[in-house]
Amino acid sequence: MQSPLWKRILIWAVCALGLAYAIPNLFYTPVEQHNDASKAIAVAGGVATPEQEAALALWPSWMPSSLVNLGLDLRGGAHLLAEVQVADVYKDRIDGFWPQVRDALRAERDTVGNVRREPSDPGVLKVKIGTPAGMAKAVEVVKALAQPVVTLTGVGQTDIEVAVEGDTIVVQLSAAERAATDSRTVQQSLEIIRRRVDEVGTREPTIQRQGTDRILIQVPGIGSAAELKALIGTTARLTFNPVRGRTTDATADAGARNVLLPSSNEEGTFYIIEQTAVVTGEELVDAQPAFDQNGRPAVNFRFNPSGARAFGEYTAANIGQPFAIVLDDEVISAPTIQSAIPGGSGIITGNFTVEESTELAVLLRAGALPAELTFLEERTIGPELGQDSIDAGRLAGIIGMIAVAAFMIACYGWFGVMANFALAINIALLFAILSVIGATLTLPGIAGIVLTMGMAVDANVLIYERIREELRAGRGPSRSIELGFEKAFSAITDSNVTAILTAIIMFVIGSGPVRGFAVTLGIGIITSMFTAVYVTRLIIMTWMAYRRPKSIVV
Amino acid sequence: MRLRLAPEKTNIDFFSLQYITFGASIVAVLLTFLSVATLGLNFGIDFRGGTTIRTESTQAVDVGVYREALSSLGLGDVSITEVFDPVFRADQHVAMIRIQAQEGLEAVTPEIIERVETALRAVDPVITFPSVESVGPKVSSELIWSAALAVAAGSLGILFYVWIRFEWQFAVGTVAALLHDVIVTVGVFSVFQLKFDLTIVAALLTILGYSVNDTVVIFDRLRENLVKYKTMPLRDLMNLSANETLSRTLMTASTTLIALTVLLIFGGDVIRGFVFAMLFGVFVGTYSTLYVAKNIVLFLGLDRSDKSKTDGKPGNEFANIDA
Repeated sequence: MQSPLWKRILIWAVCALGLAYAIPNLFYTPVEQHNDASKAIAVAGGVATPEQEAALALWPSWMPSSLVNLGLDLRGGAHLLAEVQVADVYKDRIDGFWPQVRDALRAERDTVGNVRREPSDPGVLKVKIGTPAGMAKAVEVVKALAQPVVTLTGVGQTDIEVAVEGDTIVVQLSAAERAATDSRTVQQSLEIIRRRVDEVGTREPTIQRQGTDRILIQVPGIGSAAELKALIGTTARLTFNPVRGRTTDATADAGARNVLLPSSNEEGTFYIIEQTAVVTGEELVDAQPAFDQNGRPAVNFRFNPSGARAFGEYTAANIGQPFAIVLDDEVISAPTIQSAIPGGSGIITGNFTVEESTELAVLLRAGALPAELTFLEERTIGPELGQDSIDAGRLAGIIGMIAVAAFMIACYGWFGVMANFALAINIALLFAILSVIGATLTLPGIAGIVLTMGMAVDANVLIYERIREELRAGRGPSRSIELGFEKAFSAITDSNVTAILTAIIMFVIGSGPVRGFAVTLGIGIITSMFTAVYVTRLIIMTWMAYRRPKSIVV
Repeated sequence: MRLRLAPEKTNIDFFSLQYITFGASIVAVLLTFLSVATLGLNFGIDFRGGTTIRTESTQAVDVGVYREALSSLGLGDVSITEVFDPVFRADQHVAMIRIQAQEGLEAVTPEIIERVETALRAVDPVITFPSVESVGPKVSSELIWSAALAVAAGSLGILFYVWIRFEWQFAVGTVAALLHDVIVTVGVFSVFQLKFDLTIVAALLTILGYSVNDTVVIFDRLRENLVKYKTMPLRDLMNLSANETLSRTLMTASTTLIALTVLLIFGGDVIRGFVFAMLFGVFVGTYSTLYVAKNIVLFLGLDRSDKSKTDGKPGNEFANIDA
């Protein structure tokens, strides 16, 4: 009746492994410090500071050291759901397309006449031609500029759509190109957000794409969502533009190809600057917080070779003229060019505090966002509230475990004790799997574990009730036990498969806390099936083989 | 002496009061629809948009003073409730402030939150803000749909699985029973205007899982008995199956209820609504297993003519285990 030796060894080995991997979670803080230290030492190339050595010694390195991740609701931190304004990019694309269209049509001036760009919605290019009779030719010329779109579904499509409204040609991005642009924009935004968050160096941030145009950002340990928003919500588009004039009139007419932008530190002052930038932040290779010669906070920057050349040529040609440093449509400063700046490096001064200059340097290093972000959801959870939740969850878990165990013993006596032993192994296995796969434990997740304890004994109850029935039918102890396990199995399977089904659906459809709950519930169901069917059976069989009871009472 | 929740052999006729019990279930479901239609649900910010701010202070909370402090900010509908919890320290006074979604804004701006915090600090200098959550109307309307979709997908998945493993009548009975549980639980949240947020949806899905678990165990026994007693009327067979598994039904319900009750008392106020929903759901789930699911199968009837063709060991497809 005993199962083969290899099977017994395998089951005990799984249990022992489970225990070994669950144990680090009992010593959460020292293990975490040990892990942080070993990571830091690996980054430093094997060189450790005395503090790191001390932290490393907190946990033996031969022991498993993976831990369950604590969710934001337990650790505290900030959660943001951002929507990338992908349409912003259409405007830039179309505006960038205009010179090409103009040049192509000018080459055909004899047939199409003069061309003029008409005012239009952002993302739409309207070109009026002087000779309507030449419209067919004009459309042909513009269409020839289109590029094929390379996507999985957009085969054979081009990047622009050309339509005719009277004597006007209307050019827009095609649907396929828009989809491709959207995807690129979101991907770029994701990368830049990741770089910015990494620059400030917090522990394990989560930065995920959600749906077509959304990005989920979770940063544990940060003070507030507002702080996080300041870091990632700024577009940080830096440009260097020629200055055409200075005014205090907010409604002043800037003139063609110029824009009127406010000054960031002089209230009521506006600059008229040329729309086309000399150099942009994309050509920056480095930015560092620094101080200017007067000891005020500033940002040092360096251009890449092409940026340096453009900047050098412009400054050489415009000595004595002012130029504007523009950040997100505000003029930070408008110094006068004293001499040519050939080396490609410079300094941005403004009315910065040290914090602001440090933040600006971070933003410039990480690069500008391709489009603006709007925030749909923001949550800040303080670390104290998280700790309170952990404490409450732990207390509830321990009391719940004791209560369920006592109830099982009251109902099933010695068999209850054996079931409780299996339950303890179940919890250990659950934590072991959660740690190894790096799952995130949330507050509802803790509730899931407590609930699992209540439901985990269900399989044992099914088995024991079956054994009781078999005993009542007059069968011997070992035969009853065998039949009990056998007959209960289909009920256990069916009930657990349906429960796993709901856990999977929760995981797929749900978000945030619901997902955390689904993960613990799903894993809990699997481990409880294993412990109830294999571990309990092994324990009971071992006991039976050892004691050989003539009769049993379940 | 062992604790027995049910005598060794019971012979309860679960259909003796079938018109009353089944009628009560129908009435409860109808009342839920009525309540949701008239009173509606007290949606949390997950589903309605807006901001909740949790405040904590060593000074006692005076809701009136808080309201006074915030009234001048012109934030529209602001609700302030004090939170009580047995695990709070003696000098821990917690309140939840809910601010409606602001016109034309996706998420409440940091400036508004800053103003709220400043206004509250003026009346209570030691106040802290352990959590601030803000959800825009765009996301919240999507969350409602995805929540409804989750419940629907869960039900369909179960319907399909039970249909494959049993017969379609069982599948209909099971799904009817668990929809009953979910609907009645929603009804309780509507009648008592308890806060209904994303975690409650997770609770509803768990109820789905628990309820189906409970029902399937009885159906599994019924499937077995259908083969064993070929001539016994269906009604008696169902009673027999329910009686045979009654002890287990009550045991499992008890252990789950024990775990949930502990969680309700000691788990903290953050998840209380969630735990309450599950606790209630387990009660209703146990009831519906005994009084709803079987009635529907009985009502639909079973085609028992081809049972002789099976191998006489139904439900044993997975039974060849040994350990």
